[in-house]
Amino acid sequence: MAENKDVILRLRGVKAHFPVKAGVFKRTVGHVRAVDGVDIDVYRGEVLGLVGESGCGKTTLGKTILQLVRSTEGEIVYRSPQDEESDLTKLDNAGLVPFRKRLQIVFQDPHSSLNPAFTIFGSLEDPLKKYGVKSREERRKIIGDLLEAVNMRREYMDRYPHEFSGGQRQRIGIARALSIEPELIVCDEAVSALDVSIQAQVLQLLMKLKDERKLTYIFITHDLSVTEYICDRVAVMYLGKVVELCRSEDLFANNLHPYTEALLSAIPVADLDKKSERIVLQGDVPSPVNPPSGCPFHPRCRYAKDVCKSVVPPLKRYHTGGHEHFAACHLIDLPEATEEPAALSA
Amino acid sequence: MSGPNYPNTRRRTRLDAQFDRIRAREEAGLAKSGGGSRAVKKFLNNRLAVFGLVVFAIIIFASVFAPLLTPYDPNKIDLRGMLQAPSWEHWFGTDRTGRDLFARVLYGGRISILVGLGSAVLAAIIGVLIGVYTGYVGGWLDALAMRVSEIFMSFPQIILVLMLVSILGQSLLNLMLIFTLTGWGGIYRMARARMLSLREEEYVLALRSFGLSRPLIAYKHMLPNALGPIMVNITLSTAAFILQEAGLSFLGLGVPLSIPTWGNILNVAQDIRVLQTNWWIWLPVGAVISLFVLSVNFIGDGLRDATDPSQQG
Ligand SMILES: Nc1ncnc2c1ncn2[C@@H]1O[C@H](COP(=O)(O)OP(=O)(O)OP(=O)(O)O)[C@@H](O)[C@H]1O
Ligand code: SF4
Ligand SMILES: [Mg+2]
Repeated sequence: MAENKDVILRLRGVKAHFPVKAGVFKRTVGHVRAVDGVDIDVYRGEVLGLVGESGCGKTTLGKTILQLVRSTEGEIVYRSPQDEESDLTKLDNAGLVPFRKRLQIVFQDPHSSLNPAFTIFGSLEDPLKKYGVKSREERRKIIGDLLEAVNMRREYMDRYPHEFSGGQRQRIGIARALSIEPELIVCDEAVSALDVSIQAQVLQLLMKLKDERKLTYIFITHDLSVTEYICDRVAVMYLGKVVELCRSEDLFANNLHPYTEALLSAIPVADLDKKSERIVLQGDVPSPVNPPSGCPFHPRCRYAKDVCKSVVPPLKRYHTGGHEHFAACHLIDLPEATEEPAALSA
Repeated sequence: MSGPNYPNTRRRTRLDAQFDRIRAREEAGLAKSGGGSRAVKKFLNNRLAVFGLVVFAIIIFASVFAPLLTPYDPNKIDLRGMLQAPSWEHWFGTDRTGRDLFARVLYGGRISILVGLGSAVLAAIIGVLIGVYTGYVGGWLDALAMRVSEIFMSFPQIILVLMLVSILGQSLLNLMLIFTLTGWGGIYRMARARMLSLREEEYVLALRSFGLSRPLIAYKHMLPNALGPIMVNITLSTAAFILQEAGLSFLGLGVPLSIPTWGNILNVAQDIRVLQTNWWIWLPVGAVISLFVLSVNFIGDGLRDATDPSQQG
């Protein structure tokens, strides 16, 4: 029952390590394994959530997808609507240009996401120039239309960033990402810095734009309630690895991984009838420089067995509620999905 | 843009008025003042900086319009009027060959300021061109630029001066060349450091995600955000170069003695008798140098405060 969906982005064994340098001679003494072997298929038109504690590598994975951070290993395959596949990790800067137009990113911090020295028009016009809009009049029209698309006035294009509120800046950031009509947008904590009421407004805008422009989102967040609100599927990350990936309903109802269980128990539940035991995670997130052997979660896992300390649990494919459901834990007591997994066959 | 109406139950304080203004600005979205004019306002509120600017302007003005301010030729030797003390005729007195010192200070200012400002601007151009790009791209290019700047900065200036003077002879241009070569490293490092912090800003990542070219991102989009510290650095190194010119000329290694500069005027004060008995030869020009350098430093400090984003005004 493999879902025959259209894959837009296929990540296989993606790693992004940063060297740690020390001493007078700046020798490399180790690596921060910020992203450490990620396998995900992103389907065209979906909203894929990416959740996990601070420092688990969500932002780095987002930047790696756009090759703003070069991956150390693995492949990131973009599949065009015409079924042409290209591995972005194999391309140099010039080779990446055609794909820059298809993948975009919206950032977390509304204060550093706009250049204080330029008006909105000044910040947004160069990408348009690069992608072939030669006349200034036309650029002004496009940028005006974009501002209107994110519910702002066209005239705002001649203002400076400091004249806008956080929510407005965030919407300008969205307009900028939309300007070259991408197919996939990575939203890195795009609403985390905003007030709750403004969060809802921006989320609604994002969903409206997705429907209008047939976008795919990778939505990075640490707020699971946001996930529930907008994501079709959710990937849970821990120490640079995906530990669980499933439909967003299943994440709340049928989660399989002990880490997901602990994460979910930490969010307050409004429903008083629903008894929920809060699982307190022991200790801190281990350092990504020296991740634990075996299952990276074992030092904090309340179910940990001996095997967990030595053997890395692979990300296996199961079914819950008739949908594919990936998880990486030794103790999952479900039959593994038998047919050739669509996700791995390509 | 009328402020909201408060019930008149309590006296409005200054703070209220300030909040009103801020709110009115926000509501109207009319905070039109770009980063530039905010900095200008802050600069003008700084008394020392304004004082510096005034003194700076007066000295520049007096040097540029020297022919209007004094009838004397700075190089005209008058053997009958040697070593005269200040008088109505010769405001700053005359030197050992009877040249009018007031005229020499005015005309000398032209050269000294040209050397100081010119070298500072040249050094800034080189330092910024290199630092902005290598700081942004990093990697081996950055490491190379860093090593090169270290070589230039660690080279003793006086030896470089001696070398160039012995090879090329003394000239104004050589002096500026020396100052530029030994001075660009400071501005380079500052520009580089600024770029290192700017390149992590999300707007830079956004530009990169569009695949814009590196020089476009570095010089067009990032450089304007580093201009504040660069301007500060130019003013401060202008002051430093003027002092260095004075120092080198005092030693007879700077600008050829035939050209009047502030340093060359001081040169005669090497003679202990002049130093002790003819104070008017070195005191006025010394005072002018000090005033000018001080005023440039005040301007630099004012600029630094005005453009420092961590101090909101
Ligand atoms: N350029 C870098 N050099 C070295 N280490 C880095 C770099 N960028 C990120 N890291 C490290 O990689 C790890 C993952 O960072 P990342 O920003 O991807 O986490 P995150 O999941 O986005 O966290 P948050 O929720 O706080 O945004 C962290 O330990 C971080 O310190
Ligand atoms: S593999 Fe072991 S340690 Fe890891 S989550 Fe499963 S039970 Fe816990
Ligand atoms: Mg992050």
